[in-house]
Amino acid sequence: MRLPRQHLALAAGILGAVIVSLFSNSLDAYLLDVALGIGINIILAVSLNLVNGHTGQFSLGHAGFMSIGAYLSAACTVFIGPQLFGSAAPGALAQNLLFLGALLVGGLCAAFAGLLVGIPSLRLKGDYLALVTLGFGEIIRVIFQNIDKLGGALGFNGVPAYTTFGWTYTWVALTIFTVTCLVNSTYGRGFLATHDDEIASESIGLNTTRYKITAFTIGAFFAGVAGGLFAHLKLSIDPRGFDFMRSIEIVVMVILGGMGNTLGVILAAVLLTLLPEVLRPIAEYRMVLYSFLLIVLMIARPQGLLNFRLGKNRL
Amino acid sequence: MHFPLRTLAPFTLLALAAVMLPGCKPKVADDSVIRVGEFASLTGKEAAFGQSSHKGTVLAIEELNAAGGVLGKKIDLISEDNQSKPGESSTIVKKLITRDQVVALLGEVASSRSLEAAPIAQAAKIPMISPSSTNPAVTATGDCIFRVCFIDPFQGTALAKFALSHLKAKRVAVLTSVSSAYSVGLSKYFHEEFLKDGGDIVADLKYSEGDKDFNAQLTTIRAAKPDAIFVPGYYTEVALIAKQARELGITVPLFGGDGWEAPELLTIGGKAVEGCFYSTHYSPDIPTEAVQTFVKKFRARYNGETPDAMAALGYDSAMVLADAVKRAGTTDSAKLRDAIAATKDFEGVTGKTSIDADRNASKAAVILEVKDGKFTFVESVAP
Amino acid sequence: MIFTADAPVTEFLQQLINGLSLGAIYALLALGYTMVYGVLRFINFAHADVFMIGSFAGYYLGQHVPAGTLWGGMSVLLAAMLICAVLGVAIERFAYRPLRGGPTLNVLITAIGVSLLLENGGQLVFGATPRTFPQIFPFTRFQFGHLIVSSNQLVVIAVAAFLIAALQLIIYRTRMGMAMRAVSLNPKAAQLVGVNINTVIAFTFALGSALAGAGGILYSMNYPSIDPLMGVMPGLKAFTAAILGGIGNIPGAALGGLILGGAETFIGGSQFSTYKDAIAFGILIVILLFRPSGLLGRRTIEKV
Repeated sequence: MRLPRQHLALAAGILGAVIVSLFSNSLDAYLLDVALGIGINIILAVSLNLVNGHTGQFSLGHAGFMSIGAYLSAACTVFIGPQLFGSAAPGALAQNLLFLGALLVGGLCAAFAGLLVGIPSLRLKGDYLALVTLGFGEIIRVIFQNIDKLGGALGFNGVPAYTTFGWTYTWVALTIFTVTCLVNSTYGRGFLATHDDEIASESIGLNTTRYKITAFTIGAFFAGVAGGLFAHLKLSIDPRGFDFMRSIEIVVMVILGGMGNTLGVILAAVLLTLLPEVLRPIAEYRMVLYSFLLIVLMIARPQGLLNFRLGKNRL
Repeated sequence: MHFPLRTLAPFTLLALAAVMLPGCKPKVADDSVIRVGEFASLTGKEAAFGQSSHKGTVLAIEELNAAGGVLGKKIDLISEDNQSKPGESSTIVKKLITRDQVVALLGEVASSRSLEAAPIAQAAKIPMISPSSTNPAVTATGDCIFRVCFIDPFQGTALAKFALSHLKAKRVAVLTSVSSAYSVGLSKYFHEEFLKDGGDIVADLKYSEGDKDFNAQLTTIRAAKPDAIFVPGYYTEVALIAKQARELGITVPLFGGDGWEAPELLTIGGKAVEGCFYSTHYSPDIPTEAVQTFVKKFRARYNGETPDAMAALGYDSAMVLADAVKRAGTTDSAKLRDAIAATKDFEGVTGKTSIDADRNASKAAVILEVKDGKFTFVESVAP
Repeated sequence: MIFTADAPVTEFLQQLINGLSLGAIYALLALGYTMVYGVLRFINFAHADVFMIGSFAGYYLGQHVPAGTLWGGMSVLLAAMLICAVLGVAIERFAYRPLRGGPTLNVLITAIGVSLLLENGGQLVFGATPRTFPQIFPFTRFQFGHLIVSSNQLVVIAVAAFLIAALQLIIYRTRMGMAMRAVSLNPKAAQLVGVNINTVIAFTFALGSALAGAGGILYSMNYPSIDPLMGVMPGLKAFTAAILGGIGNIPGAALGGLILGGAETFIGGSQFSTYKDAIAFGILIVILLFRPSGLLGRRTIEKV
């Protein structure tokens, strides 16, 4: 039985992640933190790329989906975990199963939210959609800020540190695998068609509605998983950390990498996670540089800085 | 649309390995100095507080080093800025602990950011002293987390008692900021004590940080006819609230907690904050020698600027740490932690500091009033 | 006595005045959004930050003018409007014009970039901590029993009403206004009949930005604490107001502003006050879902 090369790559990716994870205890905690941050941002950027890049739906609320995943997975591990295991610390297998469950719960809830956002997107184009997703992201933030059980304004603290290198990069591999296979399949051509010309696609009988909703849902699922990984890395989540600015940071990664270009987006995510660490001495100037970069990029090279193949007009 | 998955996976792993490998080499610790890490909001929305506490801390460290350091070694203060943003503190604290190999951490002013960093410090067993985080959950994180200020349950209680005894206010309206953990916490403790002591909360309204318009809430408060209004928020909004309250014809006094303390309260609030009260950790007007010497030193170091409570607490947190190092005789984390926990009657600028069993400091609160455009001392509330 | 402090009528009227004053400011901002959308079919995210620059311009200019005088206040207002008009034209020229004719998504992203640049640049230059806006107009208070109206609120309502009327005059009674209406109906046809599209667009931006500048000054008069991020929330709300009234429709923007200001004020005074920000977003989403053309807008049919 010959496995297609994508499946081999996925297996190799997961294996690599687990192997490195075994050595992660001897690594500098700060560097590990950065590496895990890179992984989480890759998941966020690639999942947003499915919505923005491949399907052409401009979503500005990705951080909202991330926050749903973060809060709900943390709620699972903090509230439900002790009920299952009592007050004793769970063993390694039990802990990993609990974490997997929590991540899936977070991801599925975020996916459900993606469904809810995807449905109104049926009738909205371009700017209007951007605004609805933005509004949705902000509403989610306000809601979490007002739920005292989840910490409210104080933030949700005391989240157990379950995120490891292995977990993060396994999900990175899964995300890349899913999005790539989806878009490169026959079914997946529909996403690209929806992006290119919605009206023409409808006229040849393509159900663009279904593709848009699917894109939102899958994108939201992975954003939710990324949120769960984030929560169990930072151990403390604050509703203000998932605001409009966070969504914009992810959007910048997608734009820098070239919308629809998975490899470029991955490289952009790596770059834009490392850059703040490197630029820490001039952190104040970082956002000014970012915004300037955004403007210049759009005027001079809208296909993205790291997009090496496609022409200027293919966005 | 094809793309080289085959080259992608190894490429990414290679890039990551390049980043990670340098981290595998063990870092050699430089033992000739004592490295202390500080994380604060030096820029961003709460820069005023972070800068204040930073100045106090730096003054203390410079003073200690000028006197020969501690245990014969100079103290190296490594400061990192979290830009007042959530999520940054945990990264910079990890960096301070693993890359800079600090023996102790000083920070943060805001409870939410202290809560973010505390689990990391606790896991690494590095003692952390917060200068002014007042939410009780901070020290509850673990036995390595301390603070040199009072906590909100005490502050809320002190304010409730003050309202009843000094302001003679039996009917109080409360205006809380829901986007600030500090405000929500302080409000809750005030509620509990005030109701317990027989007071009546006639209106309970909310706002969010960054709000500019409070006319809606204040109109409702005005209709409820309170004797005083409790605003446990930060000075930026409090000043506007006071102004708008006066414009609506509300003449009763406002009172609040240590989030009021900043010169901007007076510049933005102007006449509207006259006759209002707030509780804080210290006042530069207290006539004790410790306070006056500190004020003089601070003014000399920082161009005549008068130190506020954050600066005083920043100073004290560094001094308490240095005193603990002296008593422990070493910078070993476990012994240092024990020495900090054993701090008793340390004469700080903000009063006699003793660390109790919950790793909080039981200190007196100071009530100040705005009179003639200046903060004036009213009374001291002992724990 | 109906104007006693605890009479519900008094409270209602007080909230109404508050809502009117807030709504007038949202209306001014909404006009800028709606005009630019009408002419260029895109949402100028940077509009809210021009509003902020107007406030800061007023802050610095206000230091050089005696406080509390009528002519002082007027000159600061006009100067700030001028500065914002110039800024708006510059933004259009350097950031948006190169992208004209391309996909609207690109311009949208650029607009976000400009907005972020102004906000973060502002934080760098002005510092993030809030400053006190000087009292530039003379201040008095009018009292009817317990109903209190501050002169600042009246100035806001008066200036806003005047500017909206002036705008209507410009759009419907001048040649430039006619050119603007032509471009918003059909840009290509307008060019065919000799309308210089660059001039019209520049003029639209100048006008909209001047209104934003005025809005900034008026806003800071009522809420004198200014900081570089002050435009974000009012901007989003004004934008919701523009959509509520029908984007591209000028009376609609004014109406939307008033309705939103009123709704926000009444919610803010009730026990749901924490959700008052969410109200704006809620209204936005509901409108976009059920009646995207807004209250006064025309339903456009997309021709293939």
